[in-house]
Amino acid sequence: MAATKLTRSQQIQQTILYPIDWLEERSGIVGGIKYFLFRKVPGDTNWFQTLGAATLTAFIVQALTGTILAMYYKPDPNGAYSSIQHITNDLFAGWLVRGMHRWGASVFIILMFMHMGRVFLFGAYKYPRELNWIIGVLLLTMGLGEGFTGYLLPWDQTSYWATVVGININGTAPFLGPFLAQFLQGGTYINADTLSRFYAIHMLLIPGAIFALIGLHLYLVVRLGVTSPPWSKEAAGKGPITNGKVTTGRRGLSRFGTRGRR
Amino acid sequence: MQPHDQHPHVPGPSLWPVGFAVGVVVLLIGLIVSWYVAGLGAVIALAFAFLWVRDLTTGTALVDAPDVEAEHAAAAASLLPADGGEPATPPAERYPRSKFLEASTLGLGAVIGGLVTVPALGFMVAPAFLKQGQKDHDIGPLTDYPEGTFVIATWMSDKSQGEVSRRTAFVRYNGLLGSQPSYTIISNHCAHLGCPVQPNGPLDDKNTKQLADVTLIPTVSIAGFGCPCHGGQYDTEGNRTAGPPVRALDRYSFSIRNGRLFIGKPFSVSHVEGTGSAAKIHKWTLAFPGEHVNGLESWLYPIQPPH
Ligand code: HEM
Ligand code: FES
Repeated sequence: MAATKLTRSQQIQQTILYPIDWLEERSGIVGGIKYFLFRKVPGDTNWFQTLGAATLTAFIVQALTGTILAMYYKPDPNGAYSSIQHITNDLFAGWLVRGMHRWGASVFIILMFMHMGRVFLFGAYKYPRELNWIIGVLLLTMGLGEGFTGYLLPWDQTSYWATVVGININGTAPFLGPFLAQFLQGGTYINADTLSRFYAIHMLLIPGAIFALIGLHLYLVVRLGVTSPPWSKEAAGKGPITNGKVTTGRRGLSRFGTRGRR
Repeated sequence: MQPHDQHPHVPGPSLWPVGFAVGVVVLLIGLIVSWYVAGLGAVIALAFAFLWVRDLTTGTALVDAPDVEAEHAAAAASLLPADGGEPATPPAERYPRSKFLEASTLGLGAVIGGLVTVPALGFMVAPAFLKQGQKDHDIGPLTDYPEGTFVIATWMSDKSQGEVSRRTAFVRYNGLLGSQPSYTIISNHCAHLGCPVQPNGPLDDKNTKQLADVTLIPTVSIAGFGCPCHGGQYDTEGNRTAGPPVRALDRYSFSIRNGRLFIGKPFSVSHVEGTGSAAKIHKWTLAFPGEHVNGLESWLYPIQPPH
């Protein structure tokens, strides 16, 4: 019975910490999140290095708004167009969520290209990050695939004929092109199954692949650390390097300024 | 190797990629200008690609045995068998039973995985290629097709699918060829990338006829066909006259039963000589729009999927 009574503020602290500790003890998740969010990065990273996270945010917005649109959209040739009209004109905030998904699609693609541009201009694709560039290229093709398959879904004249043209462009690829086109259409011509096929690819197949690839992409970002900008003094060995020790987060630093033939 | 080498995997500078890039540019220009230039470009690109690869691989483990530094040697040795063929750190002894269990777990997993994946993938891919043929379709009595003018016929190729299966063709009766009636039946799928070509000329849509799922719109006098998408133009035999299409418009075969016209299988056409019933049609198996059916470029499409 020697336990001293906790003060009010200690009590509150305990109430908050208890469930967090409970989780941490059983999963290590808090440590994991801390490891991910508070890892070391070069001191002179700048705003351009947020473009990757911006792209990620755009993708998450697409995934969320898309999931909600799917609750009202009907992927069948006789109902698709009218279900889109219903979403836009009748349902509460339907115009907003549809608009977010439609404009967000362009934002996502643009951000992806800007992120890719910054990686290129910073030379951040070089050793040891070549693999992450390759994963990035896969993400880019997947993202463009999302754009192509999503464009058909409103099932109006523009989307229908643009998709006819797009499928036939695929068809002109050498050797396997005709097979690719016929696979995309699900037959010799666009038919009743084509729309649901595109819908399944658009909402399940490609997003699943993108999620998986983003996982790998971020794993490599954390494992390898991010690069300094090419003008970095720190990286050239002229700036302060604390403790004289190059930590994991700083390993990329030593790259610049020491280039040359082996 | 230099002593404090931080990044041994970075290839050294090489000038050969410049030559490679020049070769690719010459190749691309050649595709427009002449085949000889393209061939020259290909040779240049290949030569410099070879030099570049050789430059990249010299001094790497692909070509030379690495002179492993002492510090790394131990790490390397535990991965590779040492010179005598003996692993430096012998793995723990393994029982045959554990090896068997490992192999059978992996094997069984592969079999189960295959049993699930193969039919599912087949279901995803095969329906697009099987049972693709279309049945002949009745597009009305012969009397609805006056001699010498085109009638726009649209019909549902599969009523169970509804409007999405609607097809359109331009049908012209050419009179008798000997004792046989002759029809020109041109598909409306643009031979560039498949947009719907339109007749260049006025329609007589007051006399539109509706027969079951078939609609017939007579034209007055048309000068050919034009595509709304990228401006492809065709004459009244479907020959390309301008724009990006790579061949003439596709056509349909036909048959006549009990005084009615039946539309048959579509086929592709490279070009047509002559007009009307005297036309000589250069006929090929159906290809997707945008694909050459004859000439050098057709080698790019050696096999067509079953249509
Ligand atoms: C779905 C699309 C993508 C997402 C969500 C994404 C996300 C990210 C994030 C969050 C980072 C770390 C922060 C940053 O450097 O900005 C990153 C780094 C990187 N990304 Fe992407 N990315 C995407 C597409 C691409 C593409 C298209 C490429 C190039 C073809 C690419 C190549 C790279 C590389 C090489 C890095 C490492 C950069 C460094 O370490 O400094 N990524 N990505
Ligand atoms: S689809 Fe007809 S010109 Fe391009």
